Amino acid sequence: MIENIMKIWNRYYFVFLQGLGGTLWLAAITVFFGTILGTVVALMRLSKSKLLHGITAAYIEILRGTPILLQLYFFWLLLPKVLPVRVSDTFCIIVALIVNSSSYVAEVIRAGIQAVDKGQTEAAKSLGMSDAHMMRYIILPQAVKNILPALGNEFIVMVKETSLASVFFVGELMTSYKTVQSTTFLAIPSLTIVGLIYFLVTFTLSKGIKFFEGRMRVSD
Amino acid sequence: MTKQKKDEILIRVENLTKDFGDLKVLRGISQEIHVGEVVSIIGPSGSGKSTFLRCLNLLEKPSEGRIFFENVEITDKKINIDQHRQRMGMVFQHFNVFPNLSVLKNITITPILEKKVPKAEAERKACELLDKVGLLDKKDEFPRKLSGGQKQRLAIVRAMAMDPDVILFDEPTSALDPEMVKDVLEVIKDLALSGMTIVIVTHEMGFAREVSDRVLFMDEGVIQEEGTPEEIFGSPKNPRTMEFLSKVL
Repeated sequence: MIENIMKIWNRYYFVFLQGLGGTLWLAAITVFFGTILGTVVALMRLSKSKLLHGITAAYIEILRGTPILLQLYFFWLLLPKVLPVRVSDTFCIIVALIVNSSSYVAEVIRAGIQAVDKGQTEAAKSLGMSDAHMMRYIILPQAVKNILPALGNEFIVMVKETSLASVFFVGELMTSYKTVQSTTFLAIPSLTIVGLIYFLVTFTLSKGIKFFEGRMRVSD
Repeated sequence: MTKQKKDEILIRVENLTKDFGDLKVLRGISQEIHVGEVVSIIGPSGSGKSTFLRCLNLLEKPSEGRIFFENVEITDKKINIDQHRQRMGMVFQHFNVFPNLSVLKNITITPILEKKVPKAEAERKACELLDKVGLLDKKDEFPRKLSGGQKQRLAIVRAMAMDPDVILFDEPTSALDPEMVKDVLEVIKDLALSGMTIVIVTHEMGFAREVSDRVLFMDEGVIQEEGTPEEIFGSPKNPRTMEFLSKVL
């Protein structure tokens, strides 16, 4: 078994590393754009408008209440039909991942904003600051401290969830497993390698986040 | 107090009520605050003092009643309350200074953003005010390095930097260590002597007696008695006022 693992690794390590690159790239781009979209959704959800509040509440609930694999299929099937230009599978999957991620990020950001002391809002309002300025200069800078560690966790979650993209043969680590497995017919050793890589990445990331969190607490 | 008092009305409150659900916190308050006046609000906890104060700049939304500030009805939904709040400073029990901004920025950010004061001028004025309250050497520090008393003096300066026509104080010394209370009260007293209109909710009876032009005694959501400090502290007429004062003096 260990022999097989070593053999496969030595022969196909570049396939796995390429897959890892794809996974990290997918996760990074998803969390990056998911954060931008999620911030917009969170701000709409916190707005006074009942309509915006309702729409974003439904958006978040639906995305969190349906399986991510279903959402991937949905965008994969829908986008080529509704968009006027030809789009790749990878594009559809990335859009689906971003939309899915935005719903989780929106809740993280909303919680981070609401955790800022209410006195801060009152002080800004009592000075006559506009809502936009208050958000931009007072509330969001303080909310970032609550949000960043949770965003790190979202990145870890995305590293794992992008594995679903392998269903559509989008280049990432789980797809690498499928490639190697289908050439070597050695499923378990390939899967073990991929599993080890996933674990090493997420473990390192979560340790990094803990360290970062500790540093932020010191600077408080 | 020998301060000259004008007759001009700054804030007029008409039949103000405030409920939190079933709880009636304010049960109909009508009151006028005049330009240059120093008004202290005293009373037991839960009497509605702070809620009344917070209604004046609409941090609490009144359930019923109207509030006029400089002859504009600010309870009217159509007005832009931010613009009126720029002329109504407020100082809070828990300071609420902005921890993410330096001492100087705490003071200059709102004048620069909302009143379009040039940065240099805003900073010059902030330094002048900081100097007055003995905090000029802290201007580049962040608030976490300040003591409670220093934070509260910063909060007062932050309110003053907007050139307000009135400053509302919500128990400004209640969260302070005893040795810091005096410094903060001195600052408020100087402000009162300079002619600023002040409405202050306080438990510092000595201060209320010394500095106020008028004292309001509140209990159970209404103003039970009002008068000069001599009248309220010297010869209170309402039995509730007497009972309260006998407990706190």
